[in-house]
Amino acid sequence: MMIDWTNFSPWSAIFGGVLLGVASALFILANGRILGISGILGGLLPPKSGDTGWRLAFLAGMFVAPWVFLLLAPADLVSVPRIEANTLTTVIAGLLVGVGTRYASGCTSGHGVCGLSRLSPRSLVATVSFMGAGFGTVLLVRHWL
Amino acid sequence: MHRLVEFLVGLLFGLGLILSGMTDPGKVLGFLDLFGAWDPSLAFVMMGAIAVGFFAFAIAKKRTTTIFGGALHLPKASHIDKRLVIGSTVFGIGWGLAGFCPGPALVSMASGQIQALWFVCAMVAGMLAFEALERNR
Repeated sequence: MMIDWTNFSPWSAIFGGVLLGVASALFILANGRILGISGILGGLLPPKSGDTGWRLAFLAGMFVAPWVFLLLAPADLVSVPRIEANTLTTVIAGLLVGVGTRYASGCTSGHGVCGLSRLSPRSLVATVSFMGAGFGTVLLVRHWL
Repeated sequence: MHRLVEFLVGLLFGLGLILSGMTDPGKVLGFLDLFGAWDPSLAFVMMGAIAVGFFAFAIAKKRTTTIFGGALHLPKASHIDKRLVIGSTVFGIGWGLAGFCPGPALVSMASGQIQALWFVCAMVAGMLAFEALERNR
């Protein structure tokens, strides 16, 4: 195994991760809900009366985040995202992520962060499955095709 | 009051995704590329998140209400079935193809990134397809 030391960023990764943990902690303890993005978004498709306000408020917070980050963060923390996939691949990927996360009732946040935090065997199986599929897909695309 | 908390938690979560590098598809693919030049950063994201989440959910499990006295919805499902494994695998393939998972895709779309907009439109279409399939089951 070869480590990519140039891109390795343990400190921003840990602090960013702690923020994700704090947000998930506040959401379960103050709002009583699991912070899972695919579930929060999927619950709006279609919207059910009396169950939309909290979802929209949460998403609105997420949507202003990149702009707040630009205002607050020191310039050396602001990086330009590297996009590799072309538009067709991106659309196929989006479809798979949409269908897959709804069938599995969760994604990286709901199963990965919250599920593993509460030691759920079901979420561990989900996390191992999507991580394994992710590793396999990148192996195939980057090294075999 | 509740709407404000939800907004702020969404903001905090979005900031965490950006700071951690999850909104950079190149970084995500670098983590998923075990057999190339591997960037282990995202394993540290999970460690940071779970280190906090573990204690929060340990407290949540002992409570019946939230700190505001509202209902506390902990998941009841515990079964491990084909839907969970196949659904997660399909999700993982999509994640590995583009380097976006749902949260970072939404944040990147909001920052004005066109590729993320395509991804989110397709993801919403996929979620709607799921709803349609479920209704006809």
